[in-house]
Amino acid sequence: MQLRVRALETVLAEKGYIDPAALDLIIEAYETKIGPHNGARVVAKAWSDPGFRRALLDDGSKAIASLGLINRVGDHLIAVENTPKRHNMIVCTLCSCYPWEVLGLPPVWYKSAPYRSRAVSDPRGVLADFGVTLPSDTDIRVWDSTAETRFIVLPMRPSGTEGWGEDKLATLVTRDCMIGTGLPKNPREAA
Amino acid sequence: MTDGIHDMGGMHGFGKVEPEENEPVFHAPWEARTLALNRALGYTGIWTIDQTRAGIERLPPDVYLTSSYYKKWAVRLENLLVELGLVGADELKAAHALRPGKELKRKLTAADVPKSLSRGSFSRPAQAAARFKPGDRVRTRIIHPATHTRLPRYARGRTGIIEALRGCHVFPDTVAIGKGENPQWLYTVLFEGRELWGEDTDPTLKVSIEAFEPYLEPA
Repeated sequence: MQLRVRALETVLAEKGYIDPAALDLIIEAYETKIGPHNGARVVAKAWSDPGFRRALLDDGSKAIASLGLINRVGDHLIAVENTPKRHNMIVCTLCSCYPWEVLGLPPVWYKSAPYRSRAVSDPRGVLADFGVTLPSDTDIRVWDSTAETRFIVLPMRPSGTEGWGEDKLATLVTRDCMIGTGLPKNPREAA
Repeated sequence: MTDGIHDMGGMHGFGKVEPEENEPVFHAPWEARTLALNRALGYTGIWTIDQTRAGIERLPPDVYLTSSYYKKWAVRLENLLVELGLVGADELKAAHALRPGKELKRKLTAADVPKSLSRGSFSRPAQAAARFKPGDRVRTRIIHPATHTRLPRYARGRTGIIEALRGCHVFPDTVAIGKGENPQWLYTVLFEGRELWGEDTDPTLKVSIEAFEPYLEPA
């Protein structure tokens, strides 16, 4: 594929359709600036600041824009909150829709047939693949991203983090817990 | 394409999900170039996001299932560029331009990269009042268009509840086939797991889709 894509890029550059220098910058942005650390900041702030939490759940795009992350997020970023009674999970069964601005590029498994096929019919089985078991009476809510709305899960703040600041809280927030296939790190392991 | 291999919700037989520990952003340099080419070409306005999705969905099922994600993107790029007459198959084979390029609306320069990374807006002014409101019971239509749609197969002909109104958006089913943006109201529609998968389903399961108004009728 390396040669095939290089050929494609060469043709496109020679025809004047693309500027390879712009491509370099796009790649740099996705490798270094746009990633789940942005989402982790959002979650940590929501855990620390009840006003921000409410604003985030009310209008995710607007609340996140107020944080001044590097990119404007789409018009329809929706934050969905986990509670002791409800666990949320995000999928795109039709392609690979994912909130790039807050989580970066999706991992391979998110785009894979096993995840896309089973997340909507057997989410507990999928969670087991990730080593996650939830109480049998917790409602599981799966969000299939079939339009241009994008979702991020606001996980529950782990106990044992009383008095922690936002930066420290953010270290507990994994990418998978914002997709709903994981839980935040255990504060005892992270500390 | 509507009933294609890409519409995977509920299919069996693909096995376990296999997360990769410490997964890199890209697994090879060509993956990064492919992503960047997609972004840069998308910026020129030669196609819409739904046309590119339809481009992936038209890949033959065997190619779809056996190609990595970025390989699908690369093949889709080649196919769309040739279809649009922007690149010749002979040029791809030669790995060089054999003719001058066509005039494009705009080209992504390095200076414009930061703004190009923002997600586009798909909201549009409404053409009519919304037909449904939160709490309404709706049934999804049974449709099988031969062209692009965003109503997944597993959620057709099912009864659910309107949970939220998400505004009025570009309608993928028409924009993907060059028939205009045709803005439609978009709703979050919530289904009980049992409505989708039958009586034996885990009673704690609920699934929502984002459904455009033409996919829905009152129930």
